[in-house]
Amino acid sequence: MEKINFEESMQKLEKIAVELEKGDLSLEESLTKFEEGMKLSKECNEIIENAEKKITILLQKEGELVEENFTPET
Amino acid sequence: MYFTLKDEKSLIKCVMFKGYASNLTFIPKDGMKVMILGTVSVYERDGIYQIYAKAMQEDGIGDLHAQYEKLKAKLESEGLFDNAHKKKLPFMPKCIGVLTSNTGAVIRDIINVSTRRNPNVYIKLLPVPVQGQGAAEKIAKAIETMNDKKLADVIIVARGGGSLEDLWPFNEEIVARAIYNSKLPIISAVGHETDFTIADFASDLRAPTPSAAAELAVPQIDEIQEKITSYEYRFKNALVKKVEFMKLRYQKCMASKNFKDPMQKLNEHYILIDKTVKRLEFIISNKVKDEKTKMIKVISKLDALSPLKTLTRGYAITEHEGKIVKKAEDLKTGDKIKIIFKDGSKNAQIT
Repeated sequence: MEKINFEESMQKLEKIAVELEKGDLSLEESLTKFEEGMKLSKECNEIIENAEKKITILLQKEGELVEENFTPET
Repeated sequence: MYFTLKDEKSLIKCVMFKGYASNLTFIPKDGMKVMILGTVSVYERDGIYQIYAKAMQEDGIGDLHAQYEKLKAKLESEGLFDNAHKKKLPFMPKCIGVLTSNTGAVIRDIINVSTRRNPNVYIKLLPVPVQGQGAAEKIAKAIETMNDKKLADVIIVARGGGSLEDLWPFNEEIVARAIYNSKLPIISAVGHETDFTIADFASDLRAPTPSAAAELAVPQIDEIQEKITSYEYRFKNALVKKVEFMKLRYQKCMASKNFKDPMQKLNEHYILIDKTVKRLEFIISNKVKDEKTKMIKVISKLDALSPLKTLTRGYAITEHEGKIVKKAEDLKTGDKIKIIFKDGSKNAQIT
């Protein structure tokens, strides 16, 4: 359904934050982790931002399931 | 309304006056099982007892309860309600499938709650009848359809509150089995908080109400975004700290003497060399002086023994043909000799 698993990505973000905050990585390693983390957070944000509001209804039409926009009656 | 109550062995005539009959929640039909509240009195004209009914309720609830308990026990023993079988809900479902009626408050509540939590939510409604004949089969079929085509990441099966009969489709075996067999996680939200249907037991998660089901299915998106932002902040902070730490270390290094004034060490060495050289010179010149003094002593000793010294006392040395003449017999008449005095020499001839 999506390129990256959102939940796993969130867990990875947490892991990277902890690793970076420990401060015992070399500067190069820190930079690599930082870039990895920023890339991942960007991907997560993109998933959220690229989502589009859709409320649809699936209707049987001539034996086929057709998806149409749906607005509930008020 | 006039009717007759009967069972296998007996019958009794009944009457329900309009004032009471208008309170009925259903239209009584022939053959229906009902419970009646009323008083028994004699109808004088015919001379028979009859019931003056004040309230009437469809019976069968007792039956339904028994069926419910029986099915629940059966499915439970089969493991349909096992926690081990329950699937985890996706953390961030892309599409929420909803099986309920396309009219009424339920779908509206679910849409409202969902869009409030995630303004860009994707909800797919597969409308199903939620009560009456054939509803259970259609609900089960809808669950299968969602699974076959993987139409959603999580399914909400929902229905508003109602009587036990209204909720009955959700107590049917076919629905429970469809829920159990579903590969997609299912949240059930049937009736009110106090209603527990068989479907609730079989589902992966039971929500007390349809709104609650939406809350369970849809993540609060702004909270997640905030969390992501906080991670970014933590990354940046940690990196800045790291750089500052490295900078401090660098400064400490550069503050050390070797980096600050590299010539100093060198100069120290030069000074050391100079000092050493001076000492060497001193030692050598001392040695030279000592040796000189020693030599002078030796020379003066030598001097004292020198024949020249003798000459100063008035002696003279006679040389013949470059050799010192020590005896008179070494010389004969006519030999030319050289007499060396203190202040020079004179030639002479032996006579």
